Amino acid sequence: MLLKDWFAKRPRYSSTGLENSRSRVPDGLMTKCPGCEDAIYNKELEKSLKVCPKCSYHFRLSARERLDITIEAGSLEEYDSDMLSVNPLDFPEYEDKLIKSRHKTGQIDAVITGQASVAGYRTVIAVTDFAFMGGSMGSVVGEKVVAAMERAVDYRLPMLVISASGGGARMQEGILSLMQMAKTGAAVAKLREAELPYIVILTDPTMGGVAASFASLGDVIIAEPGALIGFAGPRVIEQTIRQKLPEGFQRSEFQLKHGFVDIIAARKDMVATLAMLYSFYLD
Amino acid sequence: MVGLMEIERPVKELEGKIAELKNLAETEKIDLSDQISTLEERAEKLKKRLYKNLTPWQKTQMARHPMRPYTLDYAQALFDEYIELHGDRCCGDDKSIVGGFAKLDGRPVIFIGHQKGRNTRENIERNFGSAHPEGYRKAMRLMEQAERFKRPILTFIDTQGAFCGIGAEERGQSEAIASSLCFMSRLKTPIIAVIIGEGGSGGAIGLGVGNRILMLENSVYSVISPEGCAAILWKDAGRAREAAEILKLTASDLKQLGVIDEIIPEPIGGAHNDYEKTIAAVKRAIKRHLSELSVMSAEELVANRYDKFKRMGVVGSIMP
Repeated sequence: MLLKDWFAKRPRYSSTGLENSRSRVPDGLMTKCPGCEDAIYNKELEKSLKVCPKCSYHFRLSARERLDITIEAGSLEEYDSDMLSVNPLDFPEYEDKLIKSRHKTGQIDAVITGQASVAGYRTVIAVTDFAFMGGSMGSVVGEKVVAAMERAVDYRLPMLVISASGGGARMQEGILSLMQMAKTGAAVAKLREAELPYIVILTDPTMGGVAASFASLGDVIIAEPGALIGFAGPRVIEQTIRQKLPEGFQRSEFQLKHGFVDIIAARKDMVATLAMLYSFYLD
Repeated sequence: MVGLMEIERPVKELEGKIAELKNLAETEKIDLSDQISTLEERAEKLKKRLYKNLTPWQKTQMARHPMRPYTLDYAQALFDEYIELHGDRCCGDDKSIVGGFAKLDGRPVIFIGHQKGRNTRENIERNFGSAHPEGYRKAMRLMEQAERFKRPILTFIDTQGAFCGIGAEERGQSEAIASSLCFMSRLKTPIIAVIIGEGGSGGAIGLGVGNRILMLENSVYSVISPEGCAAILWKDAGRAREAAEILKLTASDLKQLGVIDEIIPEPIGGAHNDYEKTIAAVKRAIKRHLSELSVMSAEELVANRYDKFKRMGVVGSIMP
């Protein structure tokens, strides 16, 4: 840099709203990174498993995308794909929300379960999808997760959960959602009793009733970098204690520091990490 | 407490009038017994009518009533002996979950429950009955002993929810509740959970994995508070009354949904109006369920608890 450059006028940026800046990016060509605010070519983003090449911000993935980068192609034998949420409490607007979520995600509810191969190991797997009502757990998510874990016990296979459940227990099914916490917690106890390994990958975000049940019970808990993981949402905590939360609160690195996560693994290293764990448990 | 005052006001007015009349009869030495007994009858009828038809929101107010019997009130009256034990052996002693050894008509049991405070000082000490992770870890420590020494477990649930704060997150609120659910589900000893007031979400289910789940008539049990639900649905916590209707949180709703086994009736006017009757009814119910569970083997108890929760939930199918 030349000395005169120190005095050169630099462009000044005024802060623009997110909506505004997003609209300047041509649709479908580039995506703005929420981490460093740089625009990334979508093609580049796909290649990097939806991780920002500049700041390694991990974008959220749908359950299908997650399966695609985790399991061997074509290896999924899906379970209970016909299971459908109903509206047991006649909760207002629940049906509309379900229909909208189904259209938006192409999924029937917030979890996909099945049997698949990961790094050459056969495993039972359950993947939740934040885009479907926050990945929240109602009767269907609870029932599918439990049924998957019971199959793992029956087939003597390891269990893998990948969580993106920021919505916790699904409010629209009221007390029945709360009971899914006990139900899934009990199913994990069965896995333990059967001496089958249970691995959890926590991704952004995993909160509330899912965090406070099966997602916190892994024999090994892996987190993606920077994922929000906790019991109560940051806004609820701020309202309760009337103070601002420190930077990085409830993020993966915070959870690692406090002893609730075993490993933080970048997305590109996830399958290799799983392979190492499976070989430890199973070979 | 606005909702409650509304229900209680007409009764209180009548009772005030009766007292006035009695006073008058006394000081003026006139016979008003006819008028008094008419009013007394009317007050009784009014009470019956009012308290038999409480709305979900009114029941929520009853469940939160500051004079309602709390866990330690039961501990004192329910048992021949009770000795409280403290601490999770790791981090501290959470005073919003209490527990210890008790004797129920001579039978040793492990007793655990949420404890609220009745005034500001007590509530600061008890953190308003909202437990930190160490509360659940203390509970697990006691429950582990219950299994080892073959003692039944009684848990009393009364919390607005597990605490939402920095320390609670740092020490793993999620992990503590999750572990408690997992742990309780496999215990080879009878567990009876009783919702005596507020059953607030994860904080409540954290002690709620029982073979039997009983609920006092005017208790509530819900995934979210009516205020929280209203704030999410309508961005207006003031519409909690409507949210209480929607959430299906009363004992009768929960019985219908198959979540609880029995509703324990409360005296007219609510549990806080007659501790003795309330506690006696709770005791009768517990003893009955305990004797039913006592004939089951350890394996049967575990299977019974697993199947009980496995059945909870309603799902449909896209297949016709």
